Amino acid sequence: MAYRHVVGPRSWVFADLPVLMAKATPIRSGDRLAGIAAESAEESMAARWCLAEVPLAEILARPLIPYEADDVTRLILDTHDARAFAEIAHLTVGDFREFLLTAAPETLARIAPGVTPEMAAAVSKIMRNQDLILVARKARVVTRFRNTIGLPGTLAVRLQPNHPTDDPAGITAAILDGLSYGCGDAVIGINPASDSLHALGTLLHLLDDVIRRLEIPTQGCVLTHITTTIEAMNRGWPVDLPFQSIAGTQAANASFGVTLPILREAHEAARALKRGSVGDNVLYFETGQGSALSADAHHGIDQQTLEARAYAVARAYKPFLVNTVVGFIGPEYLYDGKEIIRAGLEDHFCGKLMGVPLGVDVCYTNHAEADQDDMDTLLTLLGAAGCTYIIGVPGADDVMLNYQSTSFHDALYIREVLGLRRAPEFEAWLARIGLTDGNGALLPGDGGRRLLKAAPELAA
Amino acid sequence: MSAPDDLWARLARLTPARIGLGRAGSGLPTREVLRFGLAHAQARDAVHTPMEAEAIARSVEALGLATRVVASQAPDRATYLRRPDYGRRLAPESADALARAAGAPVDLAILIADGLSARAVHEGAAPLIAAFQPHIAAAGWNLAPVVIAAQARVALGDAVGSILRARAVAVLIGERPGLSSPDSLGIYLTFGPRPGRSDAERNCISNVRPAGLSPAEAAFKLNWLLREALSRGLTGVNLKDESERFLAAPGAARALPGAES
Repeated sequence: MAYRHVVGPRSWVFADLPVLMAKATPIRSGDRLAGIAAESAEESMAARWCLAEVPLAEILARPLIPYEADDVTRLILDTHDARAFAEIAHLTVGDFREFLLTAAPETLARIAPGVTPEMAAAVSKIMRNQDLILVARKARVVTRFRNTIGLPGTLAVRLQPNHPTDDPAGITAAILDGLSYGCGDAVIGINPASDSLHALGTLLHLLDDVIRRLEIPTQGCVLTHITTTIEAMNRGWPVDLPFQSIAGTQAANASFGVTLPILREAHEAARALKRGSVGDNVLYFETGQGSALSADAHHGIDQQTLEARAYAVARAYKPFLVNTVVGFIGPEYLYDGKEIIRAGLEDHFCGKLMGVPLGVDVCYTNHAEADQDDMDTLLTLLGAAGCTYIIGVPGADDVMLNYQSTSFHDALYIREVLGLRRAPEFEAWLARIGLTDGNGALLPGDGGRRLLKAAPELAA
Repeated sequence: MSAPDDLWARLARLTPARIGLGRAGSGLPTREVLRFGLAHAQARDAVHTPMEAEAIARSVEALGLATRVVASQAPDRATYLRRPDYGRRLAPESADALARAAGAPVDLAILIADGLSARAVHEGAAPLIAAFQPHIAAAGWNLAPVVIAAQARVALGDAVGSILRARAVAVLIGERPGLSSPDSLGIYLTFGPRPGRSDAERNCISNVRPAGLSPAEAAFKLNWLLREALSRGLTGVNLKDESERFLAAPGAARALPGAES
């Protein structure tokens, strides 16, 4: 069915819903690369006018990728909660925006299982950045493993202590550095340079050892392929959170070497280990706009809508953590600071609206038109939007993955400016070992020295 | 228990990561803000500095090798960064000129491509070729003229290698610069080059730079891979780089599959 909108003498026609969604997307380089972006600013706005008039029920009835062709579409429709949807079934996309702006937090929690990724993406396309921030701030998603993240007024940090050759001493040094700044409540998560099972075993035991010795109420993760982590669990190695990169189409997931049954197997295996002390959200997923196009698995759908579909995959497994790695993929998908900032806010909003515990890797590469000032802006906006967690890398420079993310100092900055606290169990631990005062502020002096007093063998 | 400064100095030696920076309130000390800014400036310059094809050609010709300068379909750097597909195809006039220059079939074609760091090829391409020449002579391989291309991605080598009737193509390309590695050269080897080859059909030697893999070490690995590729008739995931078993020096750190591809 074609969609039309008249602007003065000009009648804009959009052939079908995928075309309309793509043209209504705030313009970015990845959709241009795919040849589906609006060709003028007016066409983009005409598409947004059109999209605002589309009923949510019509979006539900017209899958962008056919049910028969794609298991992510099947997952979305087979698990759709019609009762939760009933409350918003009569709304158009434009009405939905106004509904969200006025809704209470408990309303957003109630409708989340009825919101498909296509609905979330559609409404985000007609929202300004301030709308994305305001609504996301009200949509709180709380998850638990050895601590509790996502509570109102909190922001957690993944401590990312990567090393170019996975050297255990170098990784331990970076962990101590991050802990001394009060980071690491979301997870201590290592991207390994090697994909070997042997390397995975070494790093899993390293993480387990640090967390046990210092009695840190947090969880560890080695971000290797989930099938390798399943093998590690079979061997009885200490796995807290299995990790996997996921995307919004079956074909893109296949390019990552992953299927929905594999995710289910890992979910069940990790839950059976019962390593969480306060909850059993056990999976960790990463996503990012452009991954499906990069795998030539995008079906002509815009990259922002496909990203929201990845959150539908995540949602099915009740994950502890999900983050978009927003600026990592490069300028052919998100060209500059403006596009990265917009995408970060969209991703966070869509995830939260769907009930997913979304964090953001606020990041960029050196061939993108972006710098630290852009990251400061996005970090501040996400702090205001109630982002679940950010990444903490020593000095913002990841020496293994060769990109810039946020730093331990950035976490201190956003806490000071917005008064954001850590996960409560983690913050109590920091106070107990003498790193912070009762308000969560770092005490003067060398935190690393205090940590080593608690576990001197780590310095050996 | 060591004094705090000793502790962090000792820990900092364990990793190239920026640990133990200290803080001014919630912020970084001034020297660290400026140190980071300088590193980012160098990486940005590496991405945006135009490649000096003629200067590279002269340094390769000084090694006694013929050269050809060609162009991709990307007209400028901004387009090149947005449209990787343009950087993978030869400009029509370059394709024609190269076809006219092609002679009898050869064992190897070499393409020098700016990728995402012209600095890497300015500083690293000629030394790498010089280090590789003794291996070429020892094996008796014949070589096509060395091709030099700006605004070029790895896959441009498929077009170049197939036009030059080469059994294999080695692309020497500037890798995506990290904050502490603006000068890193990558080498991608593809057997049977022709447009449409996938990245899974290539072998990569990464991190060739003064603080990483030396030209001699990289040439040794390239020699091992090329010999295996020509005798087994393939490159890619089914050809595992086992050259380290024959090389005393430590191996290269793995880099991510670069966006330069």
